[in-house]
Amino acid sequence: MNHRVAIPSPLRSYCMGAATVTVECAADSPSLGDVLAALESAYPGIRFRMQDEQGHLRPHIKVFVDADVERNLAARIPPGADIMIVAALSGG
Amino acid sequence: MARTAAKHPAVKRTEAPKRTRLLIATRKGLWTLSTDGARRTWKLAGPQFLGNIVHHAMLDPRDGKTLLVAARTGHLGPTVFRSTDNGKTWKEAVTPPAFDAGSGRVVDHTFWLTPGHTSQPGVWFAGTSPQGLFRSDDGGANWKGVAGFNAHPQRKAWCGGDQDGTPDGPKLHSILIDPRDAAHMYISMSSGGTFESNDGGADWHPLNQGVRADFQPNPDLEYGHDPHCVRFAAGNPDRLYMQNHCGLFRLDRPATRWTDIGTGMPKAVGYVGFPMVPHPHDPNSAWIFPMDGTDVWPRISPGGKPAAYRTRDGGKTWKRQADGMPKSQAWWTVKRQAMTVDRFPVAGVYFGTTSGEVWGTRDEGRSWKCLAAHLPHIYAIESV
Repeated sequence: MNHRVAIPSPLRSYCMGAATVTVECAADSPSLGDVLAALESAYPGIRFRMQDEQGHLRPHIKVFVDADVERNLAARIPPGADIMIVAALSGG
Repeated sequence: MARTAAKHPAVKRTEAPKRTRLLIATRKGLWTLSTDGARRTWKLAGPQFLGNIVHHAMLDPRDGKTLLVAARTGHLGPTVFRSTDNGKTWKEAVTPPAFDAGSGRVVDHTFWLTPGHTSQPGVWFAGTSPQGLFRSDDGGANWKGVAGFNAHPQRKAWCGGDQDGTPDGPKLHSILIDPRDAAHMYISMSSGGTFESNDGGADWHPLNQGVRADFQPNPDLEYGHDPHCVRFAAGNPDRLYMQNHCGLFRLDRPATRWTDIGTGMPKAVGYVGFPMVPHPHDPNSAWIFPMDGTDVWPRISPGGKPAAYRTRDGGKTWKRQADGMPKSQAWWTVKRQAMTVDRFPVAGVYFGTTSGEVWGTRDEGRSWKCLAAHLPHIYAIESV
């Protein structure tokens, strides 16, 4: 299943400047973690900038699945859902 | 442990360099200041990594062209950037420093970079916040935790929790490799203290006797101290100088008790500061940059009157050096990595301020000049 993922400007250097990319996941309804893993496969290095070594999303990274914020990496992504990664406010 | 005498290549007296370049790591990116052998005019270049919080930038003295930069941004996790052409082009580390999955620990930022021993080309060490020690064997492309420290059964007792430590996060810093023996290392931590390894990092023991820890109920601790910066004396890796949260100290190995060398400082200025910068050729000489550690610890130049202090006698006495610096109303300070020396026979000394100025002297501190201003908060300066 393919998913469109919107990439925030701080991470676009990993995907040749693209604001939106499409990643392919093996499962029909992959987890959010699966999508981020697919993103890492396509664009090496991108995941560690937004997900720490213990598997948690970093504090200023938000992920929207369609219109809802999702921080649970085990959450299932519905078929056709759009994913938007946001680099939220992080101070001056 | 007896070790054969050998000069450290980084402190060997040399001819006057033809040029000097300062790597200026700031809260908003990396800049460089370059000069020729006369050191009269400086050219500012940059920024690189604009918007990145750059804690340290370091050149590999073994090849003269590999640069590593420790960076993160407000949003994104910590990483290391590498250049093998002296900063013309950069690549990100494939595997940046990170704790083991399942350890529960997360690297907030890589704070300190140290090239390895001359006999181990490509080896680098990194210290992180919170306190972690990492090693790369391939010039900074891939990093692994040094298990002998990160998984040491005493590590948590030494360091405290990851929420303890300095306002900007607890740090592992001052990674020193004995130039005579690649397996002999020192690390220091804020907080935690100074530790030594004789086996390349497989095991560590505390080395803090004689160092004060006024912020602890028991002032005579084995560990838990707050060294701010520890350096080898020029050409003598058996001598270490320390700027500590609670004073100035010197250790002459094989002794294990540090000597208080802060008693010669004026009481009105005190002995608190961040950097400790040994002279590049004279093991009895070093510079410090005091800050206000009274009351609520303002961490600015005492009285708004910045000054460096220099010793020429191993710390017995210290002389104020402020000619050219502001005489009043200058409320900046100098972070622990933000002061350095060049390699000229008459040494140049340079420091970067929390207000984004770079100051330098080409006559060992007799007179100072502002070399650059209006930069972001400066975290580190290295002369290469």
